[in-house]
Amino acid sequence: MPSVPSAPNDSLVKVSNLSFAYDRRPVLSGINMEIPRGKVVAIMGASGCGKTTTLRLIGGQIKPTSGEVRVDGQVVHRLNSDALYQLRRRMGMLFQFGALFTDMSVFDNVAFQMREHTDFPEELINDLVLMKLHAVGLRGAHELMPSELSGGMARRVALARAIALDPMLMMYDEPFAGLDPISLAIVGELIRKLNDALGASSIIVTHDVQESLKIVDYVYFVSAGKVVAEGTPDEIKASKAEYVHQFVWGEADGAVPFHYPAAQPYGEEIMAHAAEVSNRG
Amino acid sequence: MANKLVAALTDLGHRVTSALWRLGFASRFLLMILVYSGTSLRRFHLTIREIYFSGVMSLIIILVSGLFVGMVLGLQGYDTLERYGSSSALGVLVALSLVRELGPVVAALLFASRAGSAITAEIGLMKATEQLSAMEMMAVNPIARVVAPRFWAGVLSMPLLAALFSAMGIFGGYLVGVRLIGVDAGSFWSQMQASVDFREDIVNGVIKSIVFGIIISWIAVFEGYDAEPTAEGVSGATTRTVVTSSLAVLAADFILTAFMFRGA
Repeated sequence: MPSVPSAPNDSLVKVSNLSFAYDRRPVLSGINMEIPRGKVVAIMGASGCGKTTTLRLIGGQIKPTSGEVRVDGQVVHRLNSDALYQLRRRMGMLFQFGALFTDMSVFDNVAFQMREHTDFPEELINDLVLMKLHAVGLRGAHELMPSELSGGMARRVALARAIALDPMLMMYDEPFAGLDPISLAIVGELIRKLNDALGASSIIVTHDVQESLKIVDYVYFVSAGKVVAEGTPDEIKASKAEYVHQFVWGEADGAVPFHYPAAQPYGEEIMAHAAEVSNRG
Repeated sequence: MANKLVAALTDLGHRVTSALWRLGFASRFLLMILVYSGTSLRRFHLTIREIYFSGVMSLIIILVSGLFVGMVLGLQGYDTLERYGSSSALGVLVALSLVRELGPVVAALLFASRAGSAITAEIGLMKATEQLSAMEMMAVNPIARVVAPRFWAGVLSMPLLAALFSAMGIFGGYLVGVRLIGVDAGSFWSQMQASVDFREDIVNGVIKSIVFGIIISWIAVFEGYDAEPTAEGVSGATTRTVVTSSLAVLAADFILTAFMFRGA
């Protein structure tokens, strides 16, 4: 892992031997990851491989079956609810479809955390909100309601809301899902620029390979609850590993087979069926 | 045969266990609402906003229903009382029926259908669209910020709506009995004043409506918070709110009436 420093002080997030199961169905099986300070790291993998679960474990929304997640030196699942909320004040999260509060305007969505957690006067909140919205290019939309926004605009408002209190850690859950190419490029660029401007660290959970490889510093590939590959974007692109190659270049068949496993080969099944029909006849 | 019996008993056992587990979860949820109510009530504007959506927006259906129920009571009551030559007691009949029973119960059933279902659908949709998760990730407790204000708004709105329902009902009874049929207005009002007891009738009616408000609000917020985060899940939770809270109100009404009016 050449570009990811191993000393704990350099890593904002450290995931060690993390396992998680829903009921008795294992989702994650002993994964290890490090998110260095100031870097943008992607967690990639097919749908249902445990990417979003990893993000929820880092945010303390669920507790691991075994192993631990350390954020800024604190073991997340051992924190009491007050301490966890204190830690979350320094985190920002962008949900897959924005998760904007539909009964509030764009302005009030971005102002939400400031009003909840600070004693800032309303004039200062006004300036800060417009500044955050300006950063995502939507200052002019501050009076709109979420129902009046396109998918890309909603994602950008959610981004402005997530950075409202200048978090140290930003987490993105499928930030590119369902966006048109222009919105996709805008969101990708914003993620990188905001990370660098805020001096934050970012984790992007995605299966959009091409867009994320443009903006991230390091990539973890997760499959069936395990980290199966990792490296810088260049290393990933050059990887000969069957799964990584199939995923990066979008091939229909490979390590992840096109066919769902069947009880017997297709030819045998056809012949057996034909024999059964002729016997009946 | 024996296998079928065992299967049926096993199924019954699972259903009972599941219902008990859910009741326990709902009780724990109510406890959490009470724990976080202090934080919520300190920002009373959140509760006021919900009183507007749950209470004020239910006014039309409550007032119109109250008027019609009172008018029907006037017609039916007059028809029955006249057989015994007691039509002057129409005011008492209308007032006692409404204040003791129909006001709290019918207003509660209407409130469950109009506001309870809306509360469940709103919280359920907030869950389905990850708004509650987003709130948690912003270090804002959704029980304090979203659930508790809606719960207290329901509890506070219910007795006021029941009182308005009863008042409109009495007015409806007056319109039919006095204005339309011609019962003496003096007897109508004076007998009502003499026979309706403040402690026994009005306060007991108010207690009933407060209990119904707690039941409906509790069920509505719980069903919304516990809803499956899908369209089908939210729809199912909304239906459950109306059905469960209506049955719970009727059952609670029987128990309360048995305690309040025995021997009275």
